[in-house]
Amino acid sequence: MTTTEKGLVISDLHVDVETEAGPKSILKGVNLAIRPGEIHAIMGPNGSGKSTMAYSLAGHPKYTITSGSVTLDGTELTTLSVDQRAKAGLFLAMQYPVEVPGVSVANFLRTAKTAIDGQAPNLRTWVKQVNAALGRLDLDDEFSSRSVNEGFSGGEKKRNEIVQLELLNPKYAILDETDSGLDIDALRIVSEGVNRYAAQGDRGVLLITHYTRILRYIQPDFVHVFVDGHVVEEGGRELADELEENGYEKYVKALV
Amino acid sequence: MPEVTLPGDLRTQSHLHPAGSFDLADHPVPTGREEVWRFTPLRRVEAILNATAITDGTGLQVTVGAAPDLIGPPLQAGQAPRGTALTPSDRVAALAHAAARHPLYIRIPEGRAVADPVRIDLHGIAPEELTAYHLVIAAGAHSAATVVLHHTGAAQCLGNVEAVVGDGAKLSVVTLQDWDATAVHLGQHEAKVGRDAEYRHIAVSLGGDLIRLQNNVSYAGVGGSAELFGVYFVDGGQHIEHRIFVDHNNPKGKSLVDYRGALQGKGARSVWIGDVLIRPEAEGIETYESNKNLVLTDGCRADAVPNLEIETGEIVGAGHSASTGRFDDEQLFYLRSRGIDEAEARRLVVRGFFAQLVGRIGLADVEDALMTTIDRELAAATPERTHA
Repeated sequence: MTTTEKGLVISDLHVDVETEAGPKSILKGVNLAIRPGEIHAIMGPNGSGKSTMAYSLAGHPKYTITSGSVTLDGTELTTLSVDQRAKAGLFLAMQYPVEVPGVSVANFLRTAKTAIDGQAPNLRTWVKQVNAALGRLDLDDEFSSRSVNEGFSGGEKKRNEIVQLELLNPKYAILDETDSGLDIDALRIVSEGVNRYAAQGDRGVLLITHYTRILRYIQPDFVHVFVDGHVVEEGGRELADELEENGYEKYVKALV
Repeated sequence: MPEVTLPGDLRTQSHLHPAGSFDLADHPVPTGREEVWRFTPLRRVEAILNATAITDGTGLQVTVGAAPDLIGPPLQAGQAPRGTALTPSDRVAALAHAAARHPLYIRIPEGRAVADPVRIDLHGIAPEELTAYHLVIAAGAHSAATVVLHHTGAAQCLGNVEAVVGDGAKLSVVTLQDWDATAVHLGQHEAKVGRDAEYRHIAVSLGGDLIRLQNNVSYAGVGGSAELFGVYFVDGGQHIEHRIFVDHNNPKGKSLVDYRGALQGKGARSVWIGDVLIRPEAEGIETYESNKNLVLTDGCRADAVPNLEIETGEIVGAGHSASTGRFDDEQLFYLRSRGIDEAEARRLVVRGFFAQLVGRIGLADVEDALMTTIDRELAAATPERTHA
């Protein structure tokens, strides 16, 4: 399916995960549309399938999309490879960024930028850009000579994800529990990075979180409650306030 | 139990290390059942093991890049320092010893720090003949130097390298096996590490049809350190074998062994044997040895055999590890999720796997040259981008 419809549009998405006992259904018909300039928060209890959605949108081989579609500005993503999805404009800030020993942050960023843009960045301005992005995330220049995520603290891993978000500047960014494991200062720094990205006005953000505290720093336009593999309620940021007050109990109970 | 006196301090009682000897008669032609030969495809080296005619280095064009005063006169057999570090461990080394009558001799004067690496290029020019060379490196007390051996071309080559590392000296020996695909190269490298000396040996095996290097270290005094690093890239049909023996025969020494290899293609075969002996007198030593193999395709085989023989418990530490694995899917996913295509992502992971080790060498020139070589190997070995 190719249309000119702007947005990251998820339609009736069903996803299985491979288990030893055979495929298990995790996503059971997700519908969601993130338009340019919008920030959406997906909130839900543990095990509701939030991370599965993030990983399956990015194309992780562990997950199988059994039906439904995902389009990015009209381009069907589900038939594309992982790197093709990134080139189409999708970015996933991971909950558990992966260590790549021996590959420096600098080399990784340059290789990724070259892949996304289809040409190598101008070396002189690129180094400045990288150092400036690191500085905005409160990381020093030396950070770029370290191996990707190896020996990073939890906060450094998440900040490194946001450095990539800023430098690769995708059309749509999925942030998978970027707030988890962050102290209050790191949460603020990371949130400011997301806000700078969103402030461009034509980017879409899908913020996946278990807790409401990141929403004190990042103002969502829409909040979706995610339970048992699909969206069960939608609203504005007042929905987040209500979740903070009452938790997910009433949604989980409704399932039983 | 009757007391056994073994002649020569290099002799050990371990079955893994038959006593060294200069006499060829002490090294019968192996049958393949011997511990030290059981991993080597004897069929492919049969002619070498039975050789009666071995030339004295004429199969190689040798170029030495060093200040003239660092180059010593050829040493006859038995003329020190020749034979003071290396005693042939196996038949191949004994054959090389007998055939190489005019060894190269590099001597670093006491207290001298040689800034530029001594470079010895050995280029195979006569692949039909079996040829042998012997290199003696004598690093004077408190000297510092790097010697780089670069093997290229086509050859059937037996090479012995012995290093006498003086007290407090720092010596790095880099041996790069960058042969043509048909080359066969066997030999023994051996160092005797002086009091508080730092010896580094870096073996990089890329080209050739069959490579088998025995790499031995022992200590001439207290507090010596040996770091033995290795990098190998094995293609289909290649046999690359590195055998390490560290003999902790003195107190307070250190040894660190880290070899890493990548294998790809049908019949690619690597062998890594890491033997460490901690003698009763080696109190306070510390040793760790590691071998990691990355198997890139089906049809490869990597053997890794670490052995620790501990005869005293009064040590700081001793450990070993060996692993053989495939690509980590999570690493590839992470890189690809940033737009990097699969072939490039694989290249990055393999490059990083080697870069981690190369970065520990601590010699910027050597590190850069090695990474350039590895990049070249990776560019040649992995498929280009499969999609835009």
